[in-house]
Amino acid sequence: MPGLTPTLGFTLFYLGLIVLIPLAGVFFKASGLGFAGLWKVITSERVLAALSLSFGAAAIAAVLNAVFGTIVAWVFVRYEFPGKRLFDAFIDLPFALPTAVAGIALTALYSENGWIGSVLAHAGIKVAYTPLGIIVAMTFIGLPFVVRTVEPVLREVERDLEEAAATLGARRWQTVLRVIAPAVFPSLVTGFALSFARAVGEYGSVIFIAGNFPMVSEIAPLLIIIKLEEFDYKGATAVAATMLVLSFLLLLTINLLQAWVRRRV
Amino acid sequence: MNHTVKDAAFLPFEPLKQTNSVINEPRLVRWLLIAAALGFLSLFLLLPLLSVFVEALRKGAGAYFAAFADPETLASIKLTFIAAAIAVPLNLVFGLSAAWAITKFEFRGKQLLITMIDLPFSVSPVVAGLIFVLIFGAQGWAQPWFGDHIGKVLFSTPGIVLATIFVTFPFIARELIPLMQEQGTEDEQAALSLGATGWQTFTRVTLPNIKWALLYGVLLCNARAMGEFGAVSVVSGHIRGLTNTMPLHIEILYNEYQFVSAFAVASLLALLAMVTLAVKSFLEWRYADQLAATRRH
Repeated sequence: MPGLTPTLGFTLFYLGLIVLIPLAGVFFKASGLGFAGLWKVITSERVLAALSLSFGAAAIAAVLNAVFGTIVAWVFVRYEFPGKRLFDAFIDLPFALPTAVAGIALTALYSENGWIGSVLAHAGIKVAYTPLGIIVAMTFIGLPFVVRTVEPVLREVERDLEEAAATLGARRWQTVLRVIAPAVFPSLVTGFALSFARAVGEYGSVIFIAGNFPMVSEIAPLLIIIKLEEFDYKGATAVAATMLVLSFLLLLTINLLQAWVRRRV
Repeated sequence: MNHTVKDAAFLPFEPLKQTNSVINEPRLVRWLLIAAALGFLSLFLLLPLLSVFVEALRKGAGAYFAAFADPETLASIKLTFIAAAIAVPLNLVFGLSAAWAITKFEFRGKQLLITMIDLPFSVSPVVAGLIFVLIFGAQGWAQPWFGDHIGKVLFSTPGIVLATIFVTFPFIARELIPLMQEQGTEDEQAALSLGATGWQTFTRVTLPNIKWALLYGVLLCNARAMGEFGAVSVVSGHIRGLTNTMPLHIEILYNEYQFVSAFAVASLLALLAMVTLAVKSFLEWRYADQLAATRRH
């Protein structure tokens, strides 16, 4: 086959120029702070609050997506109902709709005079401009990841196995729990991880609905922007490097967990 | 995907049909699950999309179209198109050459290379913007040389284009790699043995094999390029009429309480998203077998 040198050469050159060298710059800049300097920035009250909000809200949103995403995938693989094709196309909306558009639309819906917000206000629940709003936006943005990773695996589950289980006397819920769930679980973990990773770094759809009160509803990416606007480049870099390292560590852990689950199944 | 399409075409609407009761859930459970799934999707997807158009048309068609007469809005639309027009072709060339190198050859570190290509997906858009500020900002390490020889990068079009390229970097490559891995190299080997040159093999054999996946990747890449907010927001400097893309312009209008104008500009991007989804669904329905089976995005 011809063409290895030019294609691989260009690939490595472009990857290095656009992604690797610029990303390495973050760690280079952060290392300039020294460990003590880095520690001082990330343990400041405001940064800790922002980091725990970003990671905490992303975790809750990913759990919501894992639950409802699995239900959506199940319903689309196993049942027929009117409007199925239309709904199926719309599942990918968060990939195609710009985050700023999603942000202002969700804010309009969930603010106190919005369609959903006004209903919830009667029940005494405030979503827009609170951490709840952040979870709503993160759930929106991570929704397709779980559905699209679980769906193909669920489709591959052999119905013969389910029949066999039933023939051997298993109740339907036992079959679902013991035959289907183990097959689907690794893909669910992947979907959860993807949805979580996307939500942690999300900015556009969150800032409109968050309210952005320091210590309460200020996410870590926003804090990076605030520090940049104050020309605190070192502080911004420290928060960014921490986010990168935490995200990579979490994804690594989840990958290892997944490998472990696969071995056991 | 294609299974459900075919099933739907031949089956009447019978969600409650008891074909084989031992491997189906009770009626009530099925109804509850369908209700939960559709309720969740309506609440989180359909209502937000619908509200974009309702808010944009709240004060009638006149106010809606007046939003587009604003020169700053027009400038933001133009800049968005310029950024996408540069970022998408560059990532297209990259996606094709990366996929060719990865799927047609064996070399060490291939898996690592694939992981590296996916990196921009796991980086927050704000961090993506930050890395270019660190390079080209006032204290950036490349700025002295760039400032003297090429000109301003940050707070101008080149910075916006760079940030857009970064966030859309993996889209086309990751659409092509799984498909070309599945297709192998037999077709190309045959063409080469019949005397075709490498370029002829690529344009006449490989390209027709991957054209729909390629179009699919370009569509998603373009949607993200035109809609990118976080990364572009960091590098743009928000100079009205000069360095505002459509999403940034939406933010400014929204913060100035010009809701109709903000949602009017947003409705253009929402339309683009709907066209993207429609073409994507059509491709999946018509050419399911020619698109990669293992897809995440």
